[in-house]
Amino acid sequence: MSIETAGMGPMVIILAMALVTLATRWGGVYVMSFVPISYRVKQFINAMSGSVLVALITPMAVAGDNGARLALLATAIMMLLTRKPLPAIAAGVLAAALFRQL
Amino acid sequence: MNSPHAELHQLSRQLIWTGFKQLVPISLFVIAFGIAFGLAAIQTGLSEAESVLMSTLVFAGASQFASLELWGPQVPLFTVLLTVFAINARHLLMGATLYPWLQHLPPGKRYGVMMVASDANWAMAMQAFTKEQPGLGLLFGGGLALWSCWILGTWLGIFFGSAIQEPQSLGLDMVMGCFLLAMVVGGDKNPRMLVIWSVAASSSLLAYRYLPENSHVIVGALAGGLLGAFWMESGDEH
Repeated sequence: MSIETAGMGPMVIILAMALVTLATRWGGVYVMSFVPISYRVKQFINAMSGSVLVALITPMAVAGDNGARLALLATAIMMLLTRKPLPAIAAGVLAAALFRQL
Repeated sequence: MNSPHAELHQLSRQLIWTGFKQLVPISLFVIAFGIAFGLAAIQTGLSEAESVLMSTLVFAGASQFASLELWGPQVPLFTVLLTVFAINARHLLMGATLYPWLQHLPPGKRYGVMMVASDANWAMAMQAFTKEQPGLGLLFGGGLALWSCWILGTWLGIFFGSAIQEPQSLGLDMVMGCFLLAMVVGGDKNPRMLVIWSVAASSSLLAYRYLPENSHVIVGALAGGLLGAFWMESGDEH
């Protein structure tokens, strides 16, 4: 189902996103009051929460321009070196900006 | 997990205020992320009110950035919601790990406190509990600090974002992708995770090429998640 981003569309999407997120904040506590969450489910959730980000980024790198690729590369390297997200993101944005000025 | 000490679950106004103050330094960074989100949201075409509303009600950075990635004249609602769920599913684990202490609170407080649960204040709260100190003040007070800074940052980003003419030449269209990538690289890294990510990446790419638009996010998330569920980490739970 697609929703148009004209009129009230965005509000509906934002409210639905808020409800889903609230369900994740409440769900763990709620479920635990009946039955402990199994190790397998925990492993699934852990693997999935990283994988969804990877799944989002990969096409950006493949379909994007060289500036985009350079930005992602710079972010990855800075993140591995400093382990701090802000410098890593700044490096990525800067790399894309510099590359596109050439 | 240790059996919770009787007083560790207490939640007084004093503890909330202390928790708030302890999370202020981290919250300053959250302002910067909020600015990045506000910028990206305005570029994507959200209105000012919509951007601030999203940060206020959703309050989960990575999933908000991800939703922008799927935003357009038409937004695939189901895909967006599944993506938001997949990214925020880690909150389920936070709630589960906090349960030994939360169970002593009346339901209203228990669920009220969880409304502002996010990575930083959860980690600080758990750290406090392992040191036999009360942690729920950190969770709630700290959460309030993070939440207000996230909203403030978003608002500032909108403010700057509307003044920028050519965001692409400044590399600002990459804020989203770089943010998400930084989250991935900053997470647990071990051979098992790298294999899981590779499977997620390649199945996402295949879906991107051959399956309907936007299905790649869910395909990649499920492929990685299922692999993780069947190829479990041996050893202790953390």
